[in-house]
Amino acid sequence: MSLTREQIESIAALARLELSAAELPVYQESLSRILEFVGALERADTASVAPMAHPLPGLTQRLRPDTVTEQDHHAEYQQSAPQVAAGLYLVPKVIE
Amino acid sequence: MSELHHIGVAGAAAGLRARRFSSIELTEAFLKRIERSQEALNAFISVTRAQALSDAAAADRALAAGSGGALTGVPIAHKDLFCTQGVRTTCGSRMLENFVSPYDATVVAKLKHAGAVMLGKTNMDEFAMGSSNETSYFGPVRNPWDPRLVPGGSSGGSAAAVAARLVPGATATDTGGSIRQPAALCGITGLKPTYGRVSRYGMVAFASSLDQGGVLTVSAADAALMLREMAGFDPSDSTSVEREVPDYVALLGESVAGLRVGLLKEFFDRGLDAENGQRVHEALKVFESLGARLSEVSLPNLPLSVPVYYVVAPAECSSNLARFDGVRYGHRCEQPRDLQDLYRRSRGEGFGAEVKRRIMTGTYVLSAGYYDAYYLKAQRVRQLISADFARAFASVDVLIGPTTPTPAFAIGAKTSDPITMYLNDIYTIGANLAGLPAVSVPCGFVGKLPVGLQIVGPHFSEARLLSAAHAYQRATDWHTRVPEGYA
Repeated sequence: MSLTREQIESIAALARLELSAAELPVYQESLSRILEFVGALERADTASVAPMAHPLPGLTQRLRPDTVTEQDHHAEYQQSAPQVAAGLYLVPKVIE
Repeated sequence: MSELHHIGVAGAAAGLRARRFSSIELTEAFLKRIERSQEALNAFISVTRAQALSDAAAADRALAAGSGGALTGVPIAHKDLFCTQGVRTTCGSRMLENFVSPYDATVVAKLKHAGAVMLGKTNMDEFAMGSSNETSYFGPVRNPWDPRLVPGGSSGGSAAAVAARLVPGATATDTGGSIRQPAALCGITGLKPTYGRVSRYGMVAFASSLDQGGVLTVSAADAALMLREMAGFDPSDSTSVEREVPDYVALLGESVAGLRVGLLKEFFDRGLDAENGQRVHEALKVFESLGARLSEVSLPNLPLSVPVYYVVAPAECSSNLARFDGVRYGHRCEQPRDLQDLYRRSRGEGFGAEVKRRIMTGTYVLSAGYYDAYYLKAQRVRQLISADFARAFASVDVLIGPTTPTPAFAIGAKTSDPITMYLNDIYTIGANLAGLPAVSVPCGFVGKLPVGLQIVGPHFSEARLLSAAHAYQRATDWHTRVPEGYA
């Protein structure tokens, strides 16, 4: 399984990762090797096997009563934000 | 007071309660060791001296008043992916270099509640992705047994700190071996609990169906005490299990006479270093002499665990790490042109090479046209591996084998080829895929380097694993060995 440079660029775009020109061939090589390595899975006979959905058998998602449990923490949480104003997160202009 | 650093978690708790020493004395003694060794080992990312001393003083007051919890005044360290309110949590990444969490992880809160005194946050592979601690933005951790070698990863800082007796015990996490592998390479005890046993709330997520918090300590008895205080149901973690926490300390004395031990055939493969394997066989003889009954067990699908892991873990990582967008917290690039540029450059600059590799691998295996072939296929094989374990546990109580194929390797030796690095976790990943608890204990040396023995049990068998490890540690003294220069 060998990936092309264009495929790496497209994966990086999907993953929202800026890669330098020097990084591209490095990931092209290592991702191709990883895909070749995990290709060993093809040999396993899984025709009658369901995909595993949870590490603990029989466990399902828990529900809780529909009551308010969270308080407003936005001022504390925004202290970690790179740029805020008037309680809002600032980003570059999205709509012209 | 020169021997205080050998005291261990349980010894420290007992000594403090008996007022043989104060928490201030103990905390100061360990802080000095941390500070003296920082340049040589780089085991810590943050040392919280002032807070530690003030917490120790409060612990001493509580002890004087006859109050306090099971760990009151006992110094510990947290792996730097457990969120700590007011103390930065970096996850070993430039992305979170200046991140200060507004809340405590449940594990942190529970250990605080039990009275433990945090000395600092330990170094780790970036976002816990690595087996050698070389992917940390804050530089590699060095193995106290030989500073040219890696301590293992991803909890390498916690492991090196406990091995060098810089702290009696430390928290850690295990997604594919990140507690057990560094425990083996550093000659200490490491316990990965059952999936869902310890809350993941406030533990920075890597692969959510595999991540589990646990402990690194000198002995199984110390691990039992820390786990008892850390474990338990937490409504804030949707996969936390509602199940009573046994008193692991009280159950330590359970005998191994009659214990049915399965030798994991697939673990004694061509990749296993001969001497490393020899130490494991010697340990098995000890178990036999203690009355355990040995038989060979085969898990035919287990050799596929590394390929399964390198589909499932990157897939979950690519999804979990999507939250790092340069908007709400974490690194943000300078002068973004537009929103896409903000995302792409913030992430490109904030993440290191291995993290980017895994995000891209995950993105690819989840993308349209490849999801069935890779992701669903891997989850099917994971089911086969899980079923192999379930079948084995119908006839044996625990499975025993090596923790790693080799002892510690040189810094830089495996960084050029990701597959070579990934294969370090060949014996540990299976337990994560099946959600099983497992412990690694020191079982001897190859040359001057420690070797780990791994014991894997059925879901929620932590008490059984710890009592088996404890019985072994009462019969041997490998876990008491300390690296030269740190005695």
